[in-house]
Amino acid sequence: MTEPVAMQTDSNAISSWRAFIGTFKRDLLLVFRRRSDIVNPLLFFTIAVTLFPLGISPDAVFLAQIAAGVLWVAALLATLLSLDSLFQQDMADGSLEQLVISPHPLAVLVLSKVLVHWLVTGLPLTLLAPLLAVMMFLPDAGFGTLFISLLLGTPTLSLIGAIGAALTVGLRRTGVLMTLLILPLYIPVLIFGTGAVISASQGMAVTGHLAILGALFLVALVSAPLAAGAALKISLNG
Amino acid sequence: MAFDKFWAWFHRMGSPKWFYEISGRWIPWFATATIVLLTVGAVWSLAFAPQDYQQGNSFRIIYIHVPAAILAQSIFFSMALCGAIGLIWKMKVADMVAKSCAPIGASMTFIALFTGAVWGKPTWGAWWVWDARLTSMLILLFLYFGVIALQSAFDSKQSAARASAILSLVGVVNIPIIKYSVEWWNTLHQPATFKLTEKPAMPMEMWLPLLIMVIGFYCFFATVLMMRTRNEILEREKRTQWVQGLLSK
Amino acid sequence: MYFDSFSEFLNMGGHGLYVWLAYGLTILLLVINFILPIRHKRKLQQEQARKLRREQQSQ
Repeated sequence: MTEPVAMQTDSNAISSWRAFIGTFKRDLLLVFRRRSDIVNPLLFFTIAVTLFPLGISPDAVFLAQIAAGVLWVAALLATLLSLDSLFQQDMADGSLEQLVISPHPLAVLVLSKVLVHWLVTGLPLTLLAPLLAVMMFLPDAGFGTLFISLLLGTPTLSLIGAIGAALTVGLRRTGVLMTLLILPLYIPVLIFGTGAVISASQGMAVTGHLAILGALFLVALVSAPLAAGAALKISLNG
Repeated sequence: MAFDKFWAWFHRMGSPKWFYEISGRWIPWFATATIVLLTVGAVWSLAFAPQDYQQGNSFRIIYIHVPAAILAQSIFFSMALCGAIGLIWKMKVADMVAKSCAPIGASMTFIALFTGAVWGKPTWGAWWVWDARLTSMLILLFLYFGVIALQSAFDSKQSAARASAILSLVGVVNIPIIKYSVEWWNTLHQPATFKLTEKPAMPMEMWLPLLIMVIGFYCFFATVLMMRTRNEILEREKRTQWVQGLLSK
Repeated sequence: MYFDSFSEFLNMGGHGLYVWLAYGLTILLLVINFILPIRHKRKLQQEQARKLRREQQSQ
């Protein structure tokens, strides 16, 4: 009795991995066909950061003080606005239902979609951030930490965002509602991300901040795909 | 044996009709307790409790600020707990209780925020200070707004209940993280100023009215929660015969 | 009684505005929380009565 069961789970494990890779490849291909999904968040990020010197003051000393916060807030908002594309397209063409009724654990498939989302938004944002940091006169000591903190923080943003996107995917007007659900949950990441960059620019140790960012990422990695999977099922039934 | 009894009780709680009847019997008692406790507590805390040697009479705001803040958090936890019960055992009453929690919790959070801000004026000289406690209350208020907004965005009541159950569970996981990070952020930006409600030893004559107010606030929550849940039952079960009989009376 | 006179009680040692503002708004919100479900229930009952009347008329 035990043997067939064991074999079954074994083959399931393999096919789940295949399903993960399959979803990953498909999503990546789709995104590269609609390149605006990659470019638009980056444009938003750049424009949003530009607004701060225009709106407050172009003074270098002052900008250096707020640089970390501005860059992090802008990156956070850019991620937030890109979350619409996570499930919306799949909902429209019906492939989301196929994912939900497939025999593979939904969390694995969600994780694969989140990974694609991060690769096309979080990662480019992280790469672009140092360039904008130059324009914001971020102290030299902060550059490395800015990059690392965004590298650790943006996946968490994508993961938490997936829960909000999954909860609202079945609704007609989702934009503002999703923002309302997700933004409060982003606050810890924002606090420790900015805190790390500020500490680094003042020449203080940042390992503690980065460790907490890493811990937040791990917690989100384990729990967010499960929550998002459950939310998707509810959204499709409703 | 006691465990069996608990399960029997638990499953009976799941019947809207039974809940409606039992809560109808409980509400007058809880309402009376609320009024008595809050009146006694308010009079005691306003007129009889001594003033604080540092803050003077503005300290009396603690008697509503602290109970409201405690309630704000424990209502969120009850909401998530009921949401989880609704998700796991598909219990309709739990869904309705969870839905009824949200507006009460949001008003408690608002009371805690408002009284904290008013208290801040004589204490810090400003209506708003980015104090750790006030900031995490503000974020808690946002979380409540999120749950309420999600609740009203769905057409189907069942999906609304399940979706907001998930959101409140995610919120519960996040509340300690948010609290910790806000406290950390706060010490970073304004080290060791005076903090609200961090009194190491409160004398008995201050502590007792506070306890009365806390219990009074809990009774208030229970009363309003039952009232709201009963309405929710009437609305959701309006096609059943017993509800139609009740309403046409 | 902690205060010597009623006017002192109202004044709260100069902090009267803050104390009474905080207590006032709290009481207001608690009362609103009490009244809303009562009004809601009345509305539900009226709707049901209207529905019954309509059904009787159509029969």
